[in-house]
Amino acid sequence: MSEQSPQPNGDAATDGDARDPSGFLSEIIGAPVTVKLNSGVVYKGDLQSVDGYMNIALERAKEYVDGEMKRNYGDAFVRGNNVMYIAADM
Amino acid sequence: MADNDQSNSVSEPLDLVRLSLDEVVFVKLRGDRELKGRLHAYDSHCNIVLGEVEETIYTIEEDDEGEETVKTTKKQAEMLFVRGESFVLISPQPPS
Repeated sequence: MSEQSPQPNGDAATDGDARDPSGFLSEIIGAPVTVKLNSGVVYKGDLQSVDGYMNIALERAKEYVDGEMKRNYGDAFVRGNNVMYIAADM
Repeated sequence: MADNDQSNSVSEPLDLVRLSLDEVVFVKLRGDRELKGRLHAYDSHCNIVLGEVEETIYTIEEDDEGEETVKTTKKQAEMLFVRGESFVLISPQPPS
């Protein structure tokens, strides 16, 4: 009888669809990411860490200008105010 | 960070900058400028102090035929304070 309840139970919350942006960021730590800056420059690398300013530490970062690979950085710190988006690469 | 240890871990992005103290770093600034120098100090705003600095400025020059060439200008400075606002990226190793 109780199974007929129209109310979905709390399982959705554990599925994590009520996440906030920083939850997303902490979940993709260590994963390969694409970071686009306001200048249009793109960095691809492994996300080492992020903080509240959206400052980013990347490992094995590659710099792309106009879609062309320009540089390789072993590690790179990107200041948060320059960041347009962070995308998790699949 | 509350724990003030000098460990090698990178748990927040600024740790990467802390680990680069006294090392030669590569800094990318806004407006197509780059710096190479020894990192003496930084703070939470990312204001930084560099020593034995070489600044490279990239400008695009257009000649009479309308052809664009990238010109690089180099400047040296013994000591440089860089306001955090103006920089985009720091890397502990020279880029390849």
